[in-house]
Amino acid sequence: MNPEVQFAVRKAVPAYNGAMSPPSKPETTSSDTSSRTASQPPIKAQAKDLNFYYGGTVQALKHINLELAEKQVTALIGPSGCGKSTFLRCFNRMHDLYPGNRYEGEILIHPDNVNILARNVDPIEVRMRISMVFQKPNPFPKSIYENVAYGLRVRDVKRRSLLDDKVEEALRSAALWDEVKDRLHDLAFNLSGGQQQRLCIARALATDPEILLFDEPTSALDPIATASIEELITELKNKLTILIVTHNMQQAARVSDYTAFMHLGELVEFGDTNTIFTNPSNKRTEDYITGRYG
Amino acid sequence: MPMEPIHTHISRQYNTELEEIRSRVLQMGGLVERQIDQAINALVRGDTALGETVIMDDTKVNRLEVTIDEECQHIIARRQPAASDLRLVVAVIKTITDLERIGDEAEKIARMAVSLAGEERPKNNYAEIQTLGQHVRQMVHDALDAFARLDIEAALRVAREDRKVDQKYEGVMRQMITFMMEDPRTISRVLNVIWAARALERIGDHARNICEYLIYLVKGKDVRHISLDQVEREILGGRGEQ
Repeated sequence: MNPEVQFAVRKAVPAYNGAMSPPSKPETTSSDTSSRTASQPPIKAQAKDLNFYYGGTVQALKHINLELAEKQVTALIGPSGCGKSTFLRCFNRMHDLYPGNRYEGEILIHPDNVNILARNVDPIEVRMRISMVFQKPNPFPKSIYENVAYGLRVRDVKRRSLLDDKVEEALRSAALWDEVKDRLHDLAFNLSGGQQQRLCIARALATDPEILLFDEPTSALDPIATASIEELITELKNKLTILIVTHNMQQAARVSDYTAFMHLGELVEFGDTNTIFTNPSNKRTEDYITGRYG
Repeated sequence: MPMEPIHTHISRQYNTELEEIRSRVLQMGGLVERQIDQAINALVRGDTALGETVIMDDTKVNRLEVTIDEECQHIIARRQPAASDLRLVVAVIKTITDLERIGDEAEKIARMAVSLAGEERPKNNYAEIQTLGQHVRQMVHDALDAFARLDIEAALRVAREDRKVDQKYEGVMRQMITFMMEDPRTISRVLNVIWAARALERIGDHARNICEYLIYLVKGKDVRHISLDQVEREILGGRGEQ
């Protein structure tokens, strides 16, 4: 800047210099989680007072109450160790794979109002209705075709024409069909990282799930592949309900309709994504999304 | 929730960038305030040189607007600001547009001062322009002061002043119409006074706009095109619940 201007200006605004700090205001300690109003879409799934303990002692989730809107994208954000992946994994009973883990509370799936955490509910049944895509693409060491058909074969689908149709439909939904239709029987590992991730999405879609869980689906991908996965997520929400965990806040802002901010195992704030990113009501949310000391 | 202090980001470079745009707005505000002051003085004293200075200095105001706009663009592109940081950048972009327009209005008055300098001075020496000018200059000052301190109550007070400025402006208009009816020879000079009064009234509107952006910045509520009473109920009422 022109030093002359600077001088003139400095002379002109002495009155402000003594008063640059904002007035102190009372801290809000509210941890209310604003809920949906009547005009919003129907609820697909609902966590009710959910607690989760690793190995029976470490409490990783504390009294989580959250509703997933049907055919909408809900993003879970929060610092490492805040419990967002733990929460996501409750939705397909992945914690059952390790001894000592314990759930309390309910996760209800609508419209039939089934508590998927109930002991009498078979985790395999749950995983048919709720599919999951992981951070790193993890195709099976099989052909592209067999990767997608796997879930159907497990369910004893044997008719070739039905398998063909389902595989094509899933690959189309995952925006991968055009790229692989001429080499369906190549090994899945020959695909690029982004393609492998879309293959995993196709594999998850083949069983017609109602809810799709994404655990950091693009953190191992380049920006172009990331953009195509994000585009795909937006397409997929016409068909199903999506819950996504992401460390990338801009990604949450770009793809989600609702955002939940978690911290230390608690759900701190939940609301419409536009509101969370422009005018959050909780200080911890604000500090996290603006990159401040927490 | 209350606005977070700017300087508490993990990235100190980001703190510096946000502080920079905020302090530049205040610099620009100081410059614009001086422009109003000098333009009115030039008119009242018939000081051609001072009028010319104001006209020349308008380019400095314009340059500052461009610089701050660029800095805001860089912050958006590089930092993807969110929440109160985002509102700060948006409020700054909007505030400097109004400041630049205030500068333009001051320049208009200065041009009038230059063209009227050679003519006979009115008996009251533009008393109505002096009062109105003093009033809006104070509004701009208080608006910037509120901006510096993020003080929304002060901002609301300034916004309320705009009503009084409008009333004063209407008073000046009635008076000028009377002059013109009494003595048509005054018409050309009186028209100039009317233009100057009009410019000052516009400055009052811009000061009010700045206060509205400040309320948006601090409270996250867009209060444009809403009556002041309603704004007060929403803003101060909202604070009572906390």
